[in-house]
Amino acid sequence: MSYTPSEIMTIEAARRLANGTVCFVGIGLPSAAANLARLTHAPDVVLIYESGTIGAKPDVLPLSIGDGELAEHADTVVSVPEIFRYWLQGGRVDVGFLGAAQVDRFGNINTTVIGGDYAKPRVRLPGAGGAPEIASNAKETWIIIKQTKRSFVAKLDFLTSIGHLEGGDSRARSGARGAGPTAVITDMGVLAPDPVTRELTLVAIHPGITVEEARANTGWDLKVAPNLAMTAAPTDQELATLRELQEKTAKAHGTSAVSE
Amino acid sequence: MPLADAVSRFVKDGQTLAMEGFTHLIPFAAGHEVIRQGRRDLMLVRMTPDIIYDQMIGMGCARGVVFSWGGNPGVGSIHRFRDAIQNEWPRPLAIQEHSHADMAGRYQAGASGLPFSVLRGYVGSDLPKHNENIRTIACPFTGEKLAATPAINPDVTVIHAQQADRKGNVLITGIVGIQKEAVLAAKSSIVTVEEVVDDLDAPMNACFIPHWVVNAVCEVPRGAHPSYAHGYYGRDNAFCKSWDAISRERDPFLEWMKNHVLGTRTHGEFMESIGIP
Repeated sequence: MSYTPSEIMTIEAARRLANGTVCFVGIGLPSAAANLARLTHAPDVVLIYESGTIGAKPDVLPLSIGDGELAEHADTVVSVPEIFRYWLQGGRVDVGFLGAAQVDRFGNINTTVIGGDYAKPRVRLPGAGGAPEIASNAKETWIIIKQTKRSFVAKLDFLTSIGHLEGGDSRARSGARGAGPTAVITDMGVLAPDPVTRELTLVAIHPGITVEEARANTGWDLKVAPNLAMTAAPTDQELATLRELQEKTAKAHGTSAVSE
Repeated sequence: MPLADAVSRFVKDGQTLAMEGFTHLIPFAAGHEVIRQGRRDLMLVRMTPDIIYDQMIGMGCARGVVFSWGGNPGVGSIHRFRDAIQNEWPRPLAIQEHSHADMAGRYQAGASGLPFSVLRGYVGSDLPKHNENIRTIACPFTGEKLAATPAINPDVTVIHAQQADRKGNVLITGIVGIQKEAVLAAKSSIVTVEEVVDDLDAPMNACFIPHWVVNAVCEVPRGAHPSYAHGYYGRDNAFCKSWDAISRERDPFLEWMKNHVLGTRTHGEFMESIGIP
């Protein structure tokens, strides 16, 4: 079956989520990938959303982080202070799974402003949400993001949530807990931090994508692992499951009581 | 109490006003009433300013916003909020920006009678550089560096819930968010509910807010629309998506607000005007 770059990105991210992992899920791409994992190889993955739902098992992907769908099938629903205090800052999250508007070579994230200065930005983005504490308290973080020169930047316009900071041991010295970003999954491949410098390095590439294309879509001089791997193409079952989930989701979100 | 009376009695110009509901149970009807009554210079507090604060900001009710995520969930930006920050329209908007964990903690501190909240937060982030309320303290026992921010104690908190009983006890089910903390942190509070019932029949561990910490209870069916009330109605995702086009430009936004909010007297009339009988 043929597939889109966006589909292989979601599928490759889903494959990495092992059964039983406790995953704090961001809305959008992370939520799609995490639920695909749950519906394929990882039925017992524990999905936590910042709205307070623990063990969420939505039938359709939530449009918002607090959809009733998340509460309906969750193991339990707790308050927002509880989710951030006991479950996140308490150190009980294995993987924090985040999206971003911009990411830099050390996996630091911007979701706050683009261009101009903070007080008078060219584009005001939604802001931090739960990400700063997810990024500094989960045992590790993954980032899922489409790779372009606008999103993969040499210098962030604003550092919202910590990655490997300035590289080397700077994250460890900062007081952040956890290993930080261990994988950045894009529509072109997968990046992982160098063990010493912590600079994001292209470690796998999706079928049909060239290293030159990946480099051309990166705002810094992208390093490539000597033993660059090739991502496996999506299986028919992975694609069928993802598409069914997305169709169900589109149908559920398209309905309204409002007459236009 | 009728909602219009509660708003006119408790919400005054210049106050710090929190309206909470984490995607679920957002007090839209109350927000519309604040707009109808022409409140000005409000310092609006909300973890997730979305469509209701977009409307209030665009109508010039706010001098500032304290928040941690401002957007239309699953859709994108809130354009009136952006226009206020980027272009100072309809007036300049002071922003005080936090993270969710921190906002939740600030409300908890407010509810607990404590002066500040402490958290493992903002490590490496630029946010503290732009918000003087985010400071660092050393743990008195271990010396560990932690973030500290002041308690939030709104003048008024407004929330929406599924049910209240005739005494004014309130029951919230589903995603409970930060509403209980926001009510307990406030000097006064208004709760709109889907329904007033004889007996809440609340499970003993339920999210229950006793009548003696609530100042006004107003029965407003569908008062959270286009947000949802678990067990009553779902989120109107199509409306949330349509808001993007309604609010993108100033004039169509003002026209829509005039037709549907300023031009209606009650939430029932509002719902009718947008085609939901």
